[in-house]
Amino acid sequence: MFNTDVKKFQLLPQHLHEGENNRIAVHLQENVRVLCWVMTSPKNLKTKAYHVQATWTQHCTHVLFMSSEETDFPTVGLNVTEGRNQLYRKTTAAFQYIYEHHFDNADWFLKADDDTYLVLENLRLLLSKHNPSKPIYFGRRFFPFVKQGYMSGGAGYVLSKEALRRFIEGFKSGNCTHFSDLEDVALGTCMETMKVEAGDSRDSDHRQTFHAFPPDYYVVRKLKSPRSWYLSYDYYFNEEGPQCCSDLAVSFHYISPQKMYELEYYTYHLRPYGYKFRFDPDFSAKNNVSLRENVTSESGGP
Amino acid sequence: MFDKPLGVFVGTRLNVENQAELELVRLVRRVAPRLLSSPGKTINMVSESTAFMKGMLLGSIFCILFSFFSRSSNYVPSSSENHLHHHIKAPSKKELLNMPEITKQELSQSVRVYCLIMVQPKLLIHWAATHDTWSKHCDKAVFYSSEESKALESVVLQETNEWAQIRKALQHAFENAGNLRWFFMARPTTFAIIENLKYLLLGKDPNEPFYIGNVLKSGELEYVEYASGVALSYDSVRRLVEAFSDKMKCPLQSHILWNTKEEKQLAMCLRFCGVYAENGEDSEGKGVFNSQKVESLISKSMTDHPTAVLQSCCSDMAVTFGDMSPSQMQVMMFGVYRLHPYGHNFHDSLVFLPPEGSDND
Repeated sequence: MFNTDVKKFQLLPQHLHEGENNRIAVHLQENVRVLCWVMTSPKNLKTKAYHVQATWTQHCTHVLFMSSEETDFPTVGLNVTEGRNQLYRKTTAAFQYIYEHHFDNADWFLKADDDTYLVLENLRLLLSKHNPSKPIYFGRRFFPFVKQGYMSGGAGYVLSKEALRRFIEGFKSGNCTHFSDLEDVALGTCMETMKVEAGDSRDSDHRQTFHAFPPDYYVVRKLKSPRSWYLSYDYYFNEEGPQCCSDLAVSFHYISPQKMYELEYYTYHLRPYGYKFRFDPDFSAKNNVSLRENVTSESGGP
Repeated sequence: MFDKPLGVFVGTRLNVENQAELELVRLVRRVAPRLLSSPGKTINMVSESTAFMKGMLLGSIFCILFSFFSRSSNYVPSSSENHLHHHIKAPSKKELLNMPEITKQELSQSVRVYCLIMVQPKLLIHWAATHDTWSKHCDKAVFYSSEESKALESVVLQETNEWAQIRKALQHAFENAGNLRWFFMARPTTFAIIENLKYLLLGKDPNEPFYIGNVLKSGELEYVEYASGVALSYDSVRRLVEAFSDKMKCPLQSHILWNTKEEKQLAMCLRFCGVYAENGEDSEGKGVFNSQKVESLISKSMTDHPTAVLQSCCSDMAVTFGDMSPSQMQVMMFGVYRLHPYGHNFHDSLVFLPPEGSDND
C-alpha cells in the first residue's frame, strides 16, 4: 500500500553516460531495498532538504522527509516539536511511522540528517553481505557510553528489518525509554538492550565507510601532531590521511548544500578516463586478501 | 624623423613575409618611442598639424603591424584545416573505431606528457601538495622555481620575470623531453587530471602545432589562460625554442605592449611562430580547462541554474581546476581517483593503471 508521501522510486537507467554500464548497480538496487528517511525541519526545507532531494536520495528505494509539520515538499508530520533535545523523540516517532506504514516496502531502514551525504550503491554493497532478518545495524561505530558501541547519528545509520522490529518492540514493552536526549547514544542503548548487533561497516581493507565529518577532516595528511580529537570516539582504530576512508565510502556528515553537489560530482560525474581503480572489493572477497599493497591488473568491465 | 618614408614599405612588394615583419618591427621600435613620447609634450611647442600627422602615422603603423600579424605565416601546418576550427575535443566513438588496429595499452601509451609545474617561492605548500597528488600521474613531472629551496627538488631558473621563467622552463623541458611528445604547463595551485588530458589529445599528432587550454580573447589576441593550464605539442615547443634563440623574434622585453602578462606574451610568440590557441572541450562543448575550483563553479551554478546545478556546471571529463588550496587538492585526489559508486562500469578505449608507490590514488 503506497502513500502519497513516499517519493516514487526510479530504477537507475542501464546507461547513464556514454559507455557506462550500470548492470551491477541496478541488480543490487532491485535486491537490496533501502528506505531512507531524512531528519529535517520546516526551516530547513528550502535551504537543505531541497538539495538532499536533488542529489543522493534519488538513489533510495523509498525516501521520506521527516519534520514536525506535514507539507507538500513532501514531508511527514511527526507529533514532535523541533529542537536538539527533541531529536530522540523525533527519531522514535519516525521509526514508528515507518513501521506502521512502510515495514513491508523495504529490507533496510536508513536514517540520515539533512546535512548527511550518502552513496547508496556502496551502502547496498555492504548490506548485500547480510541478511535483513538478522538483528543488526550499521553506521560509524563509536565506543563510549554503550558497551557494544553505538552509531554516530550524523554519519547515518541503517537498521535491518529485524532490528527495526525489535526497536519498536522495545518501546512497546518498556525495555527502551526516552531516558536521554542524545539520539544516537539512546538508540544505541536500545539496540544493545534488544540484542541487536552493532555491525562492522568497514570495507575488506578495514577502512571506514561511514564518516561523521566531511572528507577533508580525514583524508588530508596530518604532519606529526596530536591525533585529531574527532577520531577519539572511534570504536576501531582509524588511520589519518588517505587510508582513512574506503574508496566505496557510504557517508559523510556536516555537508553543506554546495558540498553535496561537489560530492555528487566527484562520485557520479567527474572521473579519470580509462583509470583502473586500485581497490577491488570483489577481488579481496574472493581471495580473502587485503589488497592494500597490490594493484589489480584486470582490465575492462564485466 | 623617419630614415625611409613609410610609403616605401607600404608600396614595396614583399617577397618573404618574415623579412617584412622583421622590418616593420624594427621600424616601429625606432619610430614608436619617439611618437609615443611626443604626445606627452605640450602642443604649443609643436604645431597642431604636425601632431595630427603624427597621430595618423602612428595609427597607420599599428594597423599595418596588426594586419601582418593576423596573416598566416610561412609555417604552413600539414593539415591546416584542423587549426582553423579552434575547438579541440577527445575523439568520438566513430573516430576511435577508425583508428588503426592496436591494443588498448598501445593506444594508452601513445600520448605521453611532460608536466612543467611553475612554482613561486610563496607557493611552497602548494608545491608539496602538487608533488603529492596529481603530478604523480604525469609521465614526467618537473618543478621549476625562480629560486632555490631546500624543501623540495626543482630546476632553479633564477629569473624573477614570469615570461623569462616560462621561456627557460620550456627550453629546459624541450631539451629533456626524451621520448615525450606533449607538454603541460601549470602553476601548483592548479589540479590536473592527466588521464583526461591524454584522452583529449588522443589521435592528435604532436608533430603538428597544438596550443590548447581555456581560450580567452584580448582584443585581437586569442590566448590560453595560464591559471587553467597550458598544453603544447612537441612541434609548438620546438618552434618556440627556435624563436627564443633569435633576439628579434619573441623579445624578452616587449616595447610595444608593456606590462603584458606572461600568458599573452606566450600567445603572441606562438602566433608569431604560426601556432594558434585552441579551446579544449568535451563532446557537449563544455570547456574542460577551468581556472576556478569546483566549489566556486558549483556556487555559481546554484545561483544561475538552481534546478540543474551539475548539468550546467562542470564536465565529466574536466582536465583542470585552478585556485586550489593544498587540502582541497588532497580531497580532490580522493574524489577523482578513489571515491566511486559500486556497480557502475565503463568501457573506455584507454587503460591507465595507478602509479607505483602511491597511496592516495
